[in-house]
Amino acid sequence: MNELASGIANVFGILIVLVGFAASLTWIERRLLGFFQDRYGPNRVGPFGIFQVVADMIKILFKEDWIPPFADRAVFVLAPVIVMAALLIAFAVIPIAPGIGVVSLNIGLLFFLAMTSLAVYSTVLGGWASNNKYSLMGGARAAAQMVSYEVFMGLSLVGVVLMAGSFDLRDIVRSQHGLWYIVPQFLGFVVFLIAGIAETHRLPFDLPEAENELIAGFHTEYSGMKFGIFFIGEYVGIVLISAMIVTLFLGGWLGPVLPPLVWFLVKLAVFVGLFILLRAALPRPRYDQLMAYGWKVMLPLALLNIVVTGVVLLAA
Amino acid sequence: MFSDLRTLWTVFLHLFRRPVTVQYPEQKPYLPPRFRGRIILSRDPDGEERCVACNLCAVACPVGCIALQKTEDEHGRWYPEFFRINFSRCIFCGWCEEACPTYAIQLTPDFEMSEYERPNLVYEKEDLLISGTGKYPDYSFWRVAGKAISGKDKGEAEREQPPSDPLGLLP
Repeated sequence: MNELASGIANVFGILIVLVGFAASLTWIERRLLGFFQDRYGPNRVGPFGIFQVVADMIKILFKEDWIPPFADRAVFVLAPVIVMAALLIAFAVIPIAPGIGVVSLNIGLLFFLAMTSLAVYSTVLGGWASNNKYSLMGGARAAAQMVSYEVFMGLSLVGVVLMAGSFDLRDIVRSQHGLWYIVPQFLGFVVFLIAGIAETHRLPFDLPEAENELIAGFHTEYSGMKFGIFFIGEYVGIVLISAMIVTLFLGGWLGPVLPPLVWFLVKLAVFVGLFILLRAALPRPRYDQLMAYGWKVMLPLALLNIVVTGVVLLAA
Repeated sequence: MFSDLRTLWTVFLHLFRRPVTVQYPEQKPYLPPRFRGRIILSRDPDGEERCVACNLCAVACPVGCIALQKTEDEHGRWYPEFFRINFSRCIFCGWCEEACPTYAIQLTPDFEMSEYERPNLVYEKEDLLISGTGKYPDYSFWRVAGKAISGKDKGEAEREQPPSDPLGLLP
């Protein structure tokens, strides 16, 4: 009974905190972007503008939720649900701290990869169901980009799995006790970081939405709360990828003095900040450059990382 | 790759710069005296209207937002019977000020003139006239102009020579 209660508390606590954090990221991102660009960002609503989130939410909830008459209605409605559901389910395997975390799967890492792959369907289906040229191009780009980046996203983690000897994320964190994997697996870390940015289609790899070329890409036709769900889904994706980087390469909750939960959140915040910094700093590559970069540079690097790690482990 | 990293670092350092934003309603920006804001009609040092209703401002106005009607007082001075500026059309280009031969119409450093209803943006002469001289404190058109009004005949204005006699034979 007690276990059930703590399980329920875990599930809803993590869900509410995660979605709340993802929503407040809209404000954090705009504020940080403002500071990067020598301005203030939204600072009018409430102290430091923190209630901007509430204002935005009220606005978006009262917007007309319009489905274009030429759209494929069922798929159009389903698409935003998929991204949100897939990413939230993927978050279930993240070990936040000892005793905090929804589920501890012995195939946690594979589960994460599977769920993030499912999230691709959301963009593709959204782009297709909108029945709009730009949306379709966004959807097609999303499909190609994610398929190619998915490949070495998985491969970049093989080194970690080899060293930890487990797919269970809690085991991976515990095995980093003396040394975080960012040191021996630096190549894997870089490849995973880049693949993660592409996976969440954040700048500089935001080609599926590319405002300047495709209006808003796959969510051009979305309005109201459906657009809001895509938006929050993107932020959940950022948190998810940051949490995975922290778990796999930065020793998750491990760290001296401070309690485990604080360590996890601090590391998480650093990477969320890095995602926003990337958006502020880097321009978007051309589409063919993106694909060539993926297949010709990142994939060989990921394979090289596996080979070297394997050789070293076998020799040791 | 290196340049990307350097860009990231440069942008990161901007986090510690002071933002350049002027937080407007609380913090007013400095506006220079020649700022082109709300239009006014000034008076000469004697407190009389400077405008002589020559219509040059209305002609110069690219959007045609100035309307006025000339009339004449008992001294022979011209002045506008009404003078109307439609600020919902005005583009604050300042051409009226440049066209004005008497420094009457001037633009001021004030731009806070929002209204909830559009008709309230049509300013009549009583809204436009100020009690001061604006940017040119000493200028008085009627003192320097050659036009005769009561109390000042031809040739009596400042630095004006007496009118020449076109029928005289002397050089």
